[in-house]
Amino acid sequence: MQFALTEDQAMLAQTATAFVAEHSPLTRIRALRDAGDELCYSPALFGQMAELGWTAIPFAEADGGLAMGLSEAIIVTEALGRGLCPEPVLSSIMGGAQALALAGTPAQKNTWLAPAIAGEKTIALAYQERGGRFSTAAEGTRAERSGSGYKLAGEKTIVLGGAGADVYVVSAQLADGLGLFLVPAGASGLTVTPQKLVDGRNAAVLALSDVQVGEDALVGTPGGGLELLDDVLDRATVALCGEMLGGMQVAFDMTLAYLKERKQFDVHIGSFQGLQHRAAKMYIEVELARSATMAAARAIDEQNPQAKALVSNAKARCSDAYILIANEAVQMHGGIGMTDEHDIGFFIKRARAAEMTYGDAAYHRDRFARLSGY
Amino acid sequence: MGDLEAFRADVRAWLEQNAPKSLQGQLGQESVYWGGRNPTTASPESKDFCEMCAEKGWTAPTWPKEYGGGGLGQAEERVLQQELARLRLPPPLTGFGLQMIGPTLLQFGTEAQKQEHLTKITRGEIRWCQGYSEPNAGSDLASLATAAVLEGDEYVLNGQKIWTSYGDVSDWMFVLVRTDPDVKKQKGITFLLIDMDQPGVEVRPIKLISGFSPFCETFFTNARAKTKDVISGVNQGWTVAKALLGHERTMIANVFGSAGGRGRSQGENPAVALAKRYVGTDETGQLKDRVLRDQVTRVTMDTLSFNQTVQRNADNIKAGHRPGPESSIFKVYGTELNQRREELMLALRGPQALGWEGPGFEPAELAQTRSWLRSRGNTIEGGTSEVQLNIIAKRVLELPEQ
Ligand SMILES: Cc1cc2nc3c(=O)[nH]c(=O)nc-3n(C[C@H](O)[C@H](O)[C@H](O)COP(=O)(O)OP(=O)(O)OC[C@H]3O[C@@H](n4cnc5c(N)ncnc54)[C@H](O)[C@@H]3O)c2cc1C
Repeated sequence: MQFALTEDQAMLAQTATAFVAEHSPLTRIRALRDAGDELCYSPALFGQMAELGWTAIPFAEADGGLAMGLSEAIIVTEALGRGLCPEPVLSSIMGGAQALALAGTPAQKNTWLAPAIAGEKTIALAYQERGGRFSTAAEGTRAERSGSGYKLAGEKTIVLGGAGADVYVVSAQLADGLGLFLVPAGASGLTVTPQKLVDGRNAAVLALSDVQVGEDALVGTPGGGLELLDDVLDRATVALCGEMLGGMQVAFDMTLAYLKERKQFDVHIGSFQGLQHRAAKMYIEVELARSATMAAARAIDEQNPQAKALVSNAKARCSDAYILIANEAVQMHGGIGMTDEHDIGFFIKRARAAEMTYGDAAYHRDRFARLSGY
Repeated sequence: MGDLEAFRADVRAWLEQNAPKSLQGQLGQESVYWGGRNPTTASPESKDFCEMCAEKGWTAPTWPKEYGGGGLGQAEERVLQQELARLRLPPPLTGFGLQMIGPTLLQFGTEAQKQEHLTKITRGEIRWCQGYSEPNAGSDLASLATAAVLEGDEYVLNGQKIWTSYGDVSDWMFVLVRTDPDVKKQKGITFLLIDMDQPGVEVRPIKLISGFSPFCETFFTNARAKTKDVISGVNQGWTVAKALLGHERTMIANVFGSAGGRGRSQGENPAVALAKRYVGTDETGQLKDRVLRDQVTRVTMDTLSFNQTVQRNADNIKAGHRPGPESSIFKVYGTELNQRREELMLALRGPQALGWEGPGFEPAELAQTRSWLRSRGNTIEGGTSEVQLNIIAKRVLELPEQ
C-alpha cells in the first residue's frame, strides 16, 4: 500500500479543490437551502462535474468509466466535502450506481449506468428502513415471484438522493435471501415523498405497494443481495469518508482562522493554552482520519482481504473526528457559532448527517470486531 | 527477482543460518542488546548476535559504511526488520547511541568525531546516556545550569543532572552544559560528549513507581571533558539539542506504534488474545463483555490508524516530500495510545493485574502491573505531552504566542 499521492492524483486534488472553491462557495449552499427546492442540488453544476470526468472515475472502461479507483474517488469527494456540495456524486455515482458496476447486466448498465456516468440520470440506493437503524436486512420489504418477474412491497426511508432520482436500487426479502431490484421512478405502486433532513440534503421515503418489476430488474443473483449490498456500501462509505475529511478540514481551518482573529482580554483567543491544546488534538484527529480513509480506499482498490475492516475503521474514525471538530468549532466561535447567519452551523449539521449515514461509529466498531473474529 | 527480493533472500538465508537459536522467538524488548563496556544483558548470545550483525553493518543499516553502518536504503532496512520479525528475533542492538547521539553526530559531527564515536556505537562497544534534565530544568530545558569552564583543552563540569536513564550502566554521556551565563538562555548552551569513567562523575539510581531503577541522578564535581568533544561549536548547543530531541521523539513514537502493529501482523491481536482468556466469549465467539469488547476495538483501531499515519509519513518522505507536519503528532499520540493499551490490558486481566510479587500471579501478570506503571512515564520522557501540544499549536497551527 502506497500513501504518497501520484502526480496524477495530486493534479486531480488540485483541480477538484480549485473547481469547488470557484463554483461552490458556502453562499451557494445557503441559497440552495433557503430555496427549499426538492432536489436540493444544482443539476447544471452536477453536469459540469460529469464533464470533468468526476462521475466516471470509479468505473471500468467497458462501462464508460476512467478505470480509476476509490483512491481517486476520495480525492473528488474530499473536494466536494470542502464546499459541502450536495450534488449526487455520493448518492448516485458512489451509491446506487455501484450496484450496477459490481453486478449489473449489460442491458442494465446500458439503460441506467451509462446515463448516470454521463450525469444525465441518477440512481438512488434504497435500503434503509424506519426503526432498522443501520441494518441492511430489509426486514420490512418483500419481493414475491409474480408472473415472469417480482412484486415488491414495503417502505424505505432516508433514501439519499431519492427525490427526483430516475431509478432506485431497492433491497427486498426473497424466499431465499435478499435481492436488489431496479425500480424506475414512476413505476405503478411506487410513491416517493421527499424528506427534509437536518443538513438540507436530498432524501425521500419510498412506499412500495405491490410494485411489479420484470425478471430483468434483479441486480446480481436472487439471494445474493446482502453480500452485494455490503460491497456497495463499503464503496459508498469510503467515498463518504472522503467527503467527511473535506468538511472537517474546512471546519477546522475556519476555527483556526477565528482563533487568530478574535480578541478577548486584549489578546487573540488563540493564545489561550486551553484552546491551543484542544486545537492540537483536533489536528491529530484530522490526520488520523485522513490516513484511515486513504488506507481503506487503497485496500478496496487492491482487493486486500482486510478491506472491510479497514472501511469500518475509517468510517468510525471519520464519524468521531468530524463530530469532535464540528462541536469544538461551534464552541470556539462562541455565540456567533450558534447563529444561523454563521456558516459553521452547516458543518455541525452535515457532520451529524454524515455520521449517521451508512453506519455510525458504534456500528462500525461492532462490525470491525465481528470481522476480526471477536 | 528484483534487487530488493534478492536482498531479502540473502538476509533470510543468513539469519536462518547464523542467528542464535536461543534468540529466535524473543521479539520482546527484554532480550534486546544494549551494548557497553559492561553489558547488562541476560544472554551471552545477544552479544554474539550483535557482533555478527555489526560485521555486516546491520546494527545501523542506513548509516554510511565507513562509520560501521550498512549503507542501505530505507526499503532494505524495512526488509531487514521484516526478516528479523519473521524469525521473531530482537533487533541486534538498541540504545541511545544508535537512536539518538548517532544520528545527531551524522548530522552535526566533524569527520574526526564521527570516526571516533560512530563505529564504537555500531559494534555495541560504548553505551550512551542523555544528560539533559536537571532538577530545575525540565520542560524549560534551556534554563539548565550545569556549568562548564574552559581550562586548557578541557572543560571542567560542575552541577547536577537528573532522570538520566541508564546512567548507572552507561559509558559516555551526551550532556548539555552552560558555557555562557550572561546571554539569552538558549545562546549559552554547549553540547558536549563526556566519558563517565572518571572520579568527577557520580551516579545514583532513583527508584521508580514500577519498582525498577532505570534512571539516575548524575553529579559532576570538577568532571572533565575534552574540547574536541564539543559538537557544533561552543554556545551552539541548543540547535543540536533540539535536533536530537527530534530523533528521540521519533524513536519513542516508533516503539509504541510498531508495538501494536508488529503484534498484529504476527498473528492474533494481543488484546484480543488476552480478552478471550480473561473475559471469555459467548456461543457466537464474541467477547462476553460488550463494554470491554468496544474498548478493545477502540485501542485496536487507534493503533491501526496510528500505524497508517506513520506509514503515510514514511511514504511521503520516500516520495521526496519533506517530513509532513503529521510527524509532529507521533510522540504525543503514540505515547498516549500506549498508555491506553496498558490500561486496557489491566482492565482485561482484572484483579489479576494487581500483583506486585510472589504467589497467586503468573509472571506475565506481574510484568503487566509494572509495565503499566512504567508507561505513565511515556507522556513525560522526551518532552511531556503538554509541551508537544504547545509545539503543534505553535509550529504547525501557527497559533499566537501564549
Ligand atoms: C522514564 C523517564 C526517563 C527519562 N529519561 C531521561 C534521560 O535519560 N535524560 C534526561 O535528560 N531526561 C530524562 N527524563 C526527563 C524528562 O525529559 C523530563 O521529566 C521532562 O522533560 C519533564 O520535565 P520535569 O520532570 O522537570 O517536569 P516539569 O517540566 O516540571 O513539568 C511538570 C508538569 O508541568 C507541565 N508543564 C511544564 N511546562 C509547561 C508548559 N509550558 N505548558 C503546559 N504545561 C507545562 C508538564 O507537562 C508537566 O505535566 C526522563 C523522564 C522519564 C519520566
